[in-house]
Amino acid sequence: MSTIALHDEHNHDHADHGHHKETLISKYIFSMDHKMIAKQFLITGIIMAVIAMGLSILFRIQLAWPDQNFPFLETFLGKWAEGGRIKPDFYLALVTIHGTIMVFFVLTAGLSGTFSNLLIPLQVGARDMASPFLNMLSYWFFFMACVIMMSSFFIQTGPASGGWTVYPPLSVVAKAMPGSGLGMTLWLISMVLFVASSLMGGINYVSTILNMRTKGMDLWKMPLTIWAFFLTAILGILSFPVLVAGVVLMVFDRSFGTSFYLSDIVMGTDILPNEGGSPILWQHLFWFLGHPEVYIVIMPALGISSEVISVNARKPIFGYHAMVYSLIGITVLSFIVWGHHMFVTGMNPLLGGVFMITTLIIAVPSAVKTFNYLATLWRGNIRFTPAMLFAIGLVSFFISGGLTGIFLGNASLDINLHDTYFVVAHFHLVMGSAAIFGMLAGVYHWFPRMFGRMMNAKLGYLHFWLTFIAAYLVFFPLHFLGLDGVPRRYYAFTEFEFMKKWLTVNVFVTWAAIMAALAQVAFLFNFFYSIFKGKVAPQNPWESNTLEWTAPVEHLHGNWPGEIPTVYRWPYDYSKPGHDADFIPQTVPFSQTMSSNLPHDFEGNEEAEKIQQEWELANPVTENKG
Amino acid sequence: MSLRKFITNKTTAALAVLTTVFANTSVFAQDAAAGAAAAPKVDMGEVYKSVIFYILVFLAVCLFIAIIGKAIKVYELSREAQGKPVGINWNRVHASLFALFLVIGLYGVYWEYTVHGSMLLPDAASEHGKKIDRMFNLTLIITTIVFVVTHILLFGFSYIYKYSAKRKAYYYPHNNTIEKIWTIVPALVLTVLVLMGFLTWRSIFFKVEDPNNKPLQIEVTSEQFKWSIRYPGADGIVGNKNYKLTTATNTLGIDFKDVNSRDDEMADEMVLPVGKPVKLILTSKDVIHSFYMPHFRVQLNTVPGMRTIFEFTPTKTTAEMQQETNDPNFNYLFLCAKICGSGHYNMQKVVRVVSEAEYKTWIAEQKTYLNDDLRKQFNLPVAPAPVKSEADSAAKDSSAVKTNQMALNK
Repeated sequence: MSTIALHDEHNHDHADHGHHKETLISKYIFSMDHKMIAKQFLITGIIMAVIAMGLSILFRIQLAWPDQNFPFLETFLGKWAEGGRIKPDFYLALVTIHGTIMVFFVLTAGLSGTFSNLLIPLQVGARDMASPFLNMLSYWFFFMACVIMMSSFFIQTGPASGGWTVYPPLSVVAKAMPGSGLGMTLWLISMVLFVASSLMGGINYVSTILNMRTKGMDLWKMPLTIWAFFLTAILGILSFPVLVAGVVLMVFDRSFGTSFYLSDIVMGTDILPNEGGSPILWQHLFWFLGHPEVYIVIMPALGISSEVISVNARKPIFGYHAMVYSLIGITVLSFIVWGHHMFVTGMNPLLGGVFMITTLIIAVPSAVKTFNYLATLWRGNIRFTPAMLFAIGLVSFFISGGLTGIFLGNASLDINLHDTYFVVAHFHLVMGSAAIFGMLAGVYHWFPRMFGRMMNAKLGYLHFWLTFIAAYLVFFPLHFLGLDGVPRRYYAFTEFEFMKKWLTVNVFVTWAAIMAALAQVAFLFNFFYSIFKGKVAPQNPWESNTLEWTAPVEHLHGNWPGEIPTVYRWPYDYSKPGHDADFIPQTVPFSQTMSSNLPHDFEGNEEAEKIQQEWELANPVTENKG
Repeated sequence: MSLRKFITNKTTAALAVLTTVFANTSVFAQDAAAGAAAAPKVDMGEVYKSVIFYILVFLAVCLFIAIIGKAIKVYELSREAQGKPVGINWNRVHASLFALFLVIGLYGVYWEYTVHGSMLLPDAASEHGKKIDRMFNLTLIITTIVFVVTHILLFGFSYIYKYSAKRKAYYYPHNNTIEKIWTIVPALVLTVLVLMGFLTWRSIFFKVEDPNNKPLQIEVTSEQFKWSIRYPGADGIVGNKNYKLTTATNTLGIDFKDVNSRDDEMADEMVLPVGKPVKLILTSKDVIHSFYMPHFRVQLNTVPGMRTIFEFTPTKTTAEMQQETNDPNFNYLFLCAKICGSGHYNMQKVVRVVSEAEYKTWIAEQKTYLNDDLRKQFNLPVAPAPVKSEADSAAKDSSAVKTNQMALNK
């Protein structure tokens, strides 16, 4: 406790008279300020998202018009699209890198990295992260991982192309496909750097939340965003190292001739010397991370939407404790469900039965969260800010995608749905679209906090409606392809008679995807324009209770100029009866809100209850009014 | 005063822009119409293919949106200047849009269920497939109800409880009873689904073999990018394989020291007798593939270094299915469902389900894997010697030893 106090004092001094000259490099590049690092994560994440979205448009074009030439593709892609038609190998590379970037670089680093960094110190009341230097390293490792991943587009054999799950032997045996050469090596290096980055970030988040909360901020007064970031960081710390272990073994198999994942392999007539390994081992190691990973992606989005929905419905989030417990439940359960990705991979069928049970149990906390969102909207006073629109969109996607998860989590049904377009539709709704919407809600909501300016609301409305509609148009029809038995990662549907009836659907889906992509132009313009030219933001634009809105609009190192504010109440006192405004910030003590205090607020503090009773006796009129 | 002036200026400016744009477009349209009338055979195909055309279209759309945005802004500013309430009540707009989205969306879902829903796989053509279909339908009904109800609530609440300055939201932080109900009810429903799924799963993968109706063994080997099928021959047993024996002539690495291998037959398509259990032995030569037979609800990965086994019973012949689907060209098939390289999208083989008699005539015509070249290689007499079944058990043991020795010698 003493070390923390010391640290705090030091920072305090720093904020008071620490006006040493900041250079361009220390302020914008190798910054150790959590707000700047958050912006770095966000902008890198946005750039990576745009790239990954572009890749998806490329392969959607191939799927929609498999027999037509697009000369401009050759202009951009050269020999990978000879004659204006994407080659099968490059198609698989596009799919692989699209998935990798979206899951890891956008929805893990871009989402957690941005909002954990921005909000944890600001919402728990800390001057900065526990270790600002580690925080800076975390960003730069992430940046290097991005650069290395993208560099694989500039090598002769092209990027990794074995799918984002890079199952061996396909990804290990260089002869199996061109992408399994240097491209795969770069993928592995990039992943190791990425995992290092998220571990540094995660350790920082956890230690900041546990040790550096301001006075009065006990765990049950933390906003749900912080709970979500906290549990996400724990998930990451416990599961990412397993991926590194798997990756290291794969590097050994690829480069040093070991046989962890390989056995009994014949390429054509070429008999490989590897013996005794098992490709299934990689799948266990990968999905031990891979499944928690999808919760690493969705939980911050759920936390953000809890906050945004509560603020804009002007209502406390319904069942705060239930929301926290369901997050904890998801965190714990997510470690024992990885096998549902492997029902038909040849894993012992007995395990399949067990994993099915755990998987369907995890639907319960998810259902609780959904119902609580609905109950929060009920009898609210909903302001449709762009952030709120995206949060509602998230709930819709979370429901739609979550329900199809009940099919896939059922081992028997998964037999016929595994690796079909049904899976593609499912996870793009529940973790793709929902998490992206959570991220966008966060950007619209905390943009004033990040840049001190407001984004244009009307462009936000346009952005939301186009994206929301287009996302459903893209992903809803894909379920039906899967139910017809169309496998995913197919370069073209032209070789099978039964798939030809879906070609028109593919054209439709591609147009919807293009519409969704173009809608993002509205966002990109709005985002970058508003950084420089947006309306200057007021102190608390959304009339929100949480601590970050008490810090001055102008950024300063250390967040608050004087003392860090003390917290007295939970963050969700919206529309509390008896109070004149429809929000009471966490920093307002109960002594200032005598007319609206409830017995529950005092958590068994008898003295406070007595004072309240005395006050109520003295002011009976106000009590009746309340 | 100056503000008012500014606004009027802006209004006129915006109006001027609008009129110019519309005038221009109509002029262009007239021009185009005139042009079309004069030279009706202008080939637009090239234009539609060029990237610039689409960029221009997009820019035009952006311009149009910008103009609308400006017009809205001018309208709102003028309302403000005149002291009237703010121009557009966006909360009401979004609330109505959500309501509209709900109605159109639900219709869209209905349309998808009926139109695309009728383009799906026909009913399962296998015994366990029927169970899977039944469970699928039950899950579909439950999830559809939840989907519709929750979306009605979500968008309904968004519509009803839109912002109003006159109202305050209802302070309702929690209600333990309600929360318990909506924890327990999903838990119960899921328990039912888990139990059904678990029992079905067990019945698929843990079968008790009926001694009077022994399954037909068929081995399927995958490699980039084709399948090989091996029928067991007269002895009903698929013989041993050793990947180290793979050569250009013995592509599957079949070990012909094993007597059971010698009568194994190759086939270009998978032919199955209807109503007889089939035990698929799945292996892979190079990378992981997935053996997927959608019509029979059968899928299992083929993994190098491992045998995976799926047992099922086809219940409908191809001819019956052709009648049922009203498609004389209908064929069962199996394909690859696990990413395996550039040819992944075209790894297929036809499956024919026929009557027992047809199967017998077909299987009699198939050739064995063992040919004269291979006989020489394995030091077997070139004249086809009938396999003696009495020698089977003894031969099996010794052949296993030999395989090991062979492997060591290699």
